[in-house]
Amino acid sequence: MSEDRNEMPEPEVDTRRREIAGVLTGEFQSPSPDQVLENVLENVLLFLTSRRDRNAVSLVCKSWYRAEALTRSDLFIGNCYAVSPRRAIERFRRVRSVVLKGKPRFADFNLMPPNWGAYFTPWVTAMATSYPWLEKVYLKRMFVTDRDLELLAQSFPAFKELVLVCCDGFGTSGLAGIASKCRQLRVLDLIEDEVTDDEVDWISCFPESGTCLESLIFDCIECPINFEALERLVARSPSLRKLRLNRYVSIGQLYRLMIRAPQLTHLGSGSFSSSDIVAQGDQEPDYISAFAACKSLVCLSGFREIIPDYLPAIYPVCANLTSLNFSYANINTEQLKSVICHCHKLQIFWVLDSVCDEGLQAVAATCKELRELRVFPIDAREDSEGPVSEVGLQAISEGCRKLQSILYFCQRMTNAAVIAMSKNCPDLVVFRLCIMGRHRPDHITGEPMDEGFGAIVMNCKKLTRLAISGLLTDKAFSYIGKYGKLVRTLSVAFAGDSDMGLKYVLEGCPKLQKLEIRDSPFGDAALRSGLHHYYNMRFLWMSSCRLSRQGCEEIARAMPGLVVEVIRNENEEDKDGFEILYMYRSLESPRIDAPEFVTIL
Amino acid sequence: MQDFKFDTMPSNTADQSPDSSTTGMSLKDTELTLGLPGEAQVVIVGGKSCSKRGYSDTVDFRFRCCSGESSAKAEQVDWPGNEISGPGKAPDSKAQVVGWPPVRSVRKKALKSCKYVKVAVDGAPYLRKVDLEVHRSYQQLLMALETMFDCFTISSNDLEESKIMNPVNGAEYVPTYEDKDGDWMLVGDVPWNMFVESCKRVRLMKSSEAIGLAPRTPSCTSTT
Repeated sequence: MSEDRNEMPEPEVDTRRREIAGVLTGEFQSPSPDQVLENVLENVLLFLTSRRDRNAVSLVCKSWYRAEALTRSDLFIGNCYAVSPRRAIERFRRVRSVVLKGKPRFADFNLMPPNWGAYFTPWVTAMATSYPWLEKVYLKRMFVTDRDLELLAQSFPAFKELVLVCCDGFGTSGLAGIASKCRQLRVLDLIEDEVTDDEVDWISCFPESGTCLESLIFDCIECPINFEALERLVARSPSLRKLRLNRYVSIGQLYRLMIRAPQLTHLGSGSFSSSDIVAQGDQEPDYISAFAACKSLVCLSGFREIIPDYLPAIYPVCANLTSLNFSYANINTEQLKSVICHCHKLQIFWVLDSVCDEGLQAVAATCKELRELRVFPIDAREDSEGPVSEVGLQAISEGCRKLQSILYFCQRMTNAAVIAMSKNCPDLVVFRLCIMGRHRPDHITGEPMDEGFGAIVMNCKKLTRLAISGLLTDKAFSYIGKYGKLVRTLSVAFAGDSDMGLKYVLEGCPKLQKLEIRDSPFGDAALRSGLHHYYNMRFLWMSSCRLSRQGCEEIARAMPGLVVEVIRNENEEDKDGFEILYMYRSLESPRIDAPEFVTIL
Repeated sequence: MQDFKFDTMPSNTADQSPDSSTTGMSLKDTELTLGLPGEAQVVIVGGKSCSKRGYSDTVDFRFRCCSGESSAKAEQVDWPGNEISGPGKAPDSKAQVVGWPPVRSVRKKALKSCKYVKVAVDGAPYLRKVDLEVHRSYQQLLMALETMFDCFTISSNDLEESKIMNPVNGAEYVPTYEDKDGDWMLVGDVPWNMFVESCKRVRLMKSSEAIGLAPRTPSCTSTT
């Protein structure tokens, strides 16, 4: 999100500046020293943007707390249930931008029953009256209704940016409201949301006279759009830099948009496929020259239904690309090679495993600046073929020494390759390895994957996020507890032998914030071992582990500041049985919007 | 569009050289048997000179005996039983666990249908595209093609027996496809999954031009 510091400040702050100026020139009656200090502080704090720094500032003393609260313009709420809208609004009066996160990540994988919560409604309702100058809203995993969007569009005349990530509950009619009423809108980014098709032509709802749109991202929308209206929209949006189309836009249509917007820096190419019906005699447009004309293009994605014949069209932009997302493109090794050989500046690369180990070797050979790699499975089942393996991982580790973040799905892996990566890529901050077959050992030695992950936590001194998989004993957890001193997020699935595993982590990782565990043999005793730490965490998720209701109740009793939710499967007959423990710190009493299958202890 | 090349690429099974006797037999064998035309269909007449668009001047089919290549492949899977059965992939050895592997369902759904190929029909002015992953058998594919190009009728359920015909001009068509190696093959020669894997584009070719394509020799399949 862009920070716009060049805006005219609010009237109150201006007054204070004048007061200070007056003090310095001796013209005004001097206010008390405390007042002066507070005024000065506020003006200094305007420049403080990091929320961790701000949190620290607010703890110094009451006066600093007040000053900080008055000057905080960016509100970040990592768990929408940790604090109520009213409390947040009472403390921070002058907020311009809000980040709200709702459901825990495992909800993405259908582990949470629907209608669990994370409703945007109470927030937008409260903000509508209290934050008239609100400009930016960023929501992740929240339930947002069309009415919420309507209210948002009506209530904030200066509204500029709406970013919705992994949200659901709304449809194209809600988008129509945003498009038509938010006259200052610069950013409308819909990323991996579930958007209902209300058969409303929302693209036509943008102001006719021209827009200030800089970013329009709608690649997740699974319904057709009015292309002619989109073409006109692009033509009257001279500031547009980021455009990500959905799969209902054909390559011919893409061409028409590209020639109108050669200034684009980020492009999501839609289907990258001919439309369903193409006249046989027709000459296809010169796609290559359209791409060549986009001299500022640095980020390319889309390719949702790619016909690989069209790949050569992107060659002209490859040399400038810093980010390339092929994770929806079913392409093979050769097809990838033809593209990647030009991508010397690439820093972010997402791809499907259809390119095989050999494709990854090609990446390693060319992309020396690579910072982030994600390899997704084209066939996400436990017993699928698995075209990538330790060979690809090893190659990447040897070729891409600056790697900081990796997500790698595979069927076969070895400790040796993981150890190699731990040594070759010391800058790793995020290491997520998903061996898709549960409990799979090192496929060459037959050993558990303990040593590999152990090496990662040992050698990658900057590591903050880790996801483990494969056959893992408590030893792996002892390594994490011993060396993972900076780890903030840990994902565990089908791992460990006993309570000791979880204990190692809860006792050893002081920075742990988010812990999500499924199908691992950790019980009540292990849960108890984290009592000293749970208030420092954003949440703990444990599903299909060895917990009992009593054990959870114990925690709830011991820690009143924690909300302990036990979530049943909707079909579950046994009212005492539960599938999921989800607990989080909160300043509020337990939420009242929980559905029937959630029990708050 | 790429130029289509019809000379075969060198391959391991190229030792089955063109053989005139089998060529003569091929057309009859590949012919889909006659079925009565269905209801009145809209005829798409090729107004433009599209019949050879993108094609080389002379179409030169090299005969590829299916006994060399496809029987080797056919060993692996029952055929033609494959057509009637499901996806033909090995049945899941374990029950799939909820939410594992951790791939968002949006992504899983998006990747499910991701094998698009262009479909051209001799004489029709329009190219279509079809998603092979959506279909489970040659049957379904043919039915989809019938819906797409409604100038055709495809008569019966059995691929062996059915025929693609344009009732207006009486022309008969043979479904062909270009495979990974650039060879043009008859649709139906290999097990369905293999076809999906290797097909790059589909062309409904007028029977009169399909001379020399690998025949659908029943003898291949009887060995499996």
